[in-house]
Amino acid sequence: MTISTSRGLAAIAVLALALTAACAPTSDSDGGSASGAASASLSECEPATLPVVAKGTLTVATDDPAYEPWFSDNDPTNGKGFESAVAYAVADKLGFTKNQVKWTKAGFNQVIQPGKKNFDFDINQFSISAQRAKAVDFSSPYYSASQAIITLADSPFAGATSLADLKGAKLGAQIATTSLTAIDQIAPTTAPLVYDDTSKAGQALQNKQVDAIVADLPTAYYLTSAEITGGKIVGEFQPTKGEQERFGLLLSKGSALTPCVNAAVDSLNSDGTLTDLQNEWLTRATSVPELK
Amino acid sequence: MTSRATPLSERQLERQRYRRRRTRTRAAIAAVSTVVVLGLVIAVVISSPGWDRVHATFFDWHDAKGSFPDVAKSFWLNIRLFLVVEVFVLVLGLVVAIIRVIPSPALAPVKLVAVLYTDIFRGTPTLLIVLLVGFGVPALELSGLPTSLFWLGVIALTLSYGAYVAEVIRAGILSVHPSQWASGRAIGLSYGKTLRHVILPQALRRVAPPLLNDFVSLQKDTALLSTIGLVESLRAAQVISGRDFVFTPYVVAACFFIVATIPLARLTDYLTVRSMRRESGF
Repeated sequence: MTISTSRGLAAIAVLALALTAACAPTSDSDGGSASGAASASLSECEPATLPVVAKGTLTVATDDPAYEPWFSDNDPTNGKGFESAVAYAVADKLGFTKNQVKWTKAGFNQVIQPGKKNFDFDINQFSISAQRAKAVDFSSPYYSASQAIITLADSPFAGATSLADLKGAKLGAQIATTSLTAIDQIAPTTAPLVYDDTSKAGQALQNKQVDAIVADLPTAYYLTSAEITGGKIVGEFQPTKGEQERFGLLLSKGSALTPCVNAAVDSLNSDGTLTDLQNEWLTRATSVPELK
Repeated sequence: MTSRATPLSERQLERQRYRRRRTRTRAAIAAVSTVVVLGLVIAVVISSPGWDRVHATFFDWHDAKGSFPDVAKSFWLNIRLFLVVEVFVLVLGLVVAIIRVIPSPALAPVKLVAVLYTDIFRGTPTLLIVLLVGFGVPALELSGLPTSLFWLGVIALTLSYGAYVAEVIRAGILSVHPSQWASGRAIGLSYGKTLRHVILPQALRRVAPPLLNDFVSLQKDTALLSTIGLVESLRAAQVISGRDFVFTPYVVAACFFIVATIPLARLTDYLTVRSMRRESGF
């Protein structure tokens, strides 16, 4: 078979053009407002006028699996667990009934990617930070978490009473968490190990590959009660690096929904609903000593 | 080329001129084609509506500079892992391959183990082996087994890649013509000596390109060890990416892997061409 060179060139060029054109995203009107600081009045937020991704439904995302005590039985739809309850409370404030809330699964990387999202907001213990807010919108915080140190009951670090006692420990934490950043506060002599999720960090703790792991307090309750046999919470501390860890609902950058979601969270905060939900799902009888 | 008995004929010279002309034309067409296609691709990508966003997310110079020291420092771990694993893989692969080709019936149980080993470890995703060895071996709590993540990672990658490399080397040994065995034995060499002095040198030379290919692959798969807690370059990039919701650190990490792979890839190409030349008698 012979192909003339000019025709060959033209064919290649057309092919390349077709390929890149097929891959190029279509234009979307994505400019819009800059930050999530704005808050609307709740009376302006009606299901009929809200710019949601699916008309008449509030689409809420979270990761799979969804852990206790934030969710219950890996089923966000049951309204059990702190974040599931918060999501339904926000939906209620915005005027959606329980049946009009639709849950969808979204992994971490999928959520933090720029561009349009297929959900209205994501609730999955996302810590608010100014750097992150360049890529996504955060709502007003719905929870402030302290950090906890978890170790095995027979570990030499089980009796630590201050952060300084943990300097010699080999520490681990989940990637992309405030817990990982908070390890800097302890300034351990060996660099921390970083795990995909708290389950893997817990496994490493049981294997004695690390001396202790750092997680936020509610997660620490879950880990010590459900995943780590012989696990013990040494104590809790407030992260001082940067700001305190606060969780916000995550929306796509410049989402027109952000002001209404802010209004809903603010209202839940002022009428005491958030405190009630925390008491119901997060606070346990166990008291945990404060590490200085 | 220096001394020629007879001068080249006019026809031969014309032939050579024609070939040179043709080579130049072909090179020019290839260059123009490359420039046009790449130019079009770049133009379409840059003029696409999402380019600004992609540029800010994946190719931010400020983020790249910020993540460079951390990624560079942790890439040193990838290099150390790779260099250590490579040695172990070669030894393990060679041993398994030889066990599988030796005809001695007394070795039957060892051969069975070797066959099972290659079947199981070549068939299991490397990531799974890393997770099983990295979390499973220390969970056994047997004394004497390493708990250091570095060595657990080395064991996992060695097990996985040893199986591939064993098969490559075995293929090389089997590709040597049987007459070579016969010749070795005929001049009085023992079976082992024939293998060592006659067969293996030819076999290894033949499989050098695919072996290097496996090593390029191994070099990249050191990133899988991030899952068991090792902070190598991919994980270092992930930490920054997850903290700040930016993706440029991944591109920085990718650059490190590419730069480290290129010398091996070129060496593979060179060896391939050389062995092709030799086989066809140039």
